Amino acid sequence: MAVKVYGIPLSTATRNAMATLYEKGVEFELVTVNMKEGAHKRPEHLKLNPFGKVPVYQDEDVTLFESRAINRYISTKYEGQGTPLFGKTPSEKALVEQWIEVEGQNYYPAMSPLNYQLFFKKMFSGEGPDEAIVATNVQKLNAVLDIYEARLAESKYLAGDFFSLADLSHYAQTEYFMKHSGKSDLITSRPHVASWWEDISNRSSWQKTITYGSS
Amino acid sequence: MVVKVYGLPISTATRNVMTTLHEKGVEFELVIVDLKEKCQKRPEFLKLNPIGKVPVYQDEEVTLFESRAINRYIARKYEGQGTPLLGRTPTERAVVEQWMEVEGQYYFPSIWAINYQLYIRKMFWGEGPDLDIVAINEQKLTALLDVYESRLSESKYLAGDFFSLADLSHYGHTEYLMTKSGKSHLINSRPHVAAWWEDISSRSAWQKAKNYGSNPQSAPVTISDAPKKSTTHIGAWPGLTSGGSKMEAHSWGKTPPSISLMTS
Repeated sequence: MAVKVYGIPLSTATRNAMATLYEKGVEFELVTVNMKEGAHKRPEHLKLNPFGKVPVYQDEDVTLFESRAINRYISTKYEGQGTPLFGKTPSEKALVEQWIEVEGQNYYPAMSPLNYQLFFKKMFSGEGPDEAIVATNVQKLNAVLDIYEARLAESKYLAGDFFSLADLSHYAQTEYFMKHSGKSDLITSRPHVASWWEDISNRSSWQKTITYGSS
Repeated sequence: MVVKVYGLPISTATRNVMTTLHEKGVEFELVIVDLKEKCQKRPEFLKLNPIGKVPVYQDEEVTLFESRAINRYIARKYEGQGTPLLGRTPTERAVVEQWMEVEGQYYFPSIWAINYQLYIRKMFWGEGPDLDIVAINEQKLTALLDVYESRLSESKYLAGDFFSLADLSHYGHTEYLMTKSGKSHLINSRPHVAAWWEDISSRSAWQKAKNYGSNPQSAPVTISDAPKKSTTHIGAWPGLTSGGSKMEAHSWGKTPPSISLMTS
């Protein structure tokens, strides 16, 4: 049974899952969920993910939601092929897990509201940003990025001298932030964060998600 | 080198890590970080965790922050002993990871906001709650718990018929929701969620972590500038339960050097 990913290319979390599959050289079929028509909130999709979100991953063994969990599963299942995404030793893996949590608990909660307020909100509802929310999260993100700048000054990638799921987890939100939020200076003003982003965003796995669907 | 956990007995994330260590039967030493004195923002602590939060875990191989990452590491390192916490197969593990993410991405932000407003703010700084924030997050948590109710009506634990890190990750904040924030009805009104909480909160590992004692003879090393009053100064914090239980000898070993700082 071919691997299926239920989602859409616009969805940040879907793209992160696709990037992981590309890194591992795993073929998959993207099954479009028509979110514009509310398909993700209908019974058919809720059977796959009761929280009504994308992506959902499905193979012959399991159906999974939550992209970080999906990506961990893919990285483990296909450990023997493609890019190693968890480091080479248990200690390296521990650091990968740590920085995946930093992304999930610190980076994402600050950047995702900014992307929503400054890009997605207008696209979905035509409404402009709530400036108070923007200001609060710019402050939070600046504090987080100071920590990243210090870390990346001593380490090429977040978990060490190797690319990992920790870096990959930052892809989609950062892509939108850089291209559509008008706040890319938060990244570009920090030389080590900027060069880290330059490096990881040029990986072919990420580039494939950008050009997905175009022939 | 004995395992060290830098944290505070009342910190939800510290408790979750202590629980994991108890589930695995791993001895550890708790190094108190005085959050009230903001010691987690001091340079010596920021060296351990630049984000300035507790807990931090340290063994002979690694120093780690982020409790969910710490717990995964412990569960994997001590795979061969204590309670299995990641399921028995790769597929079970995947479902454990899925529900850990549900906790981290949905449950935690809402329940943290409620507990922060209704309990933590008052306990630490004597501040009153922002009830608008409480209302918004209660609404979110209600919707979430409906999904949990449905899940737990078909599965004894979140990831399946086995207790796992997915359930464990809910301990710290659910305890405060149930006992300090006045919102226990959110759990109790849902029979399967209530039964699940009853079950998991009765586990001895959680009970040990929750009832972390304040036996002065075994006072831990402290990172704090707070004036060293009597050994009960930790217990003097409102809401901190000392539990009255003796700290187990395995946690402390011999008398630590700070004992003279802890006694008046």
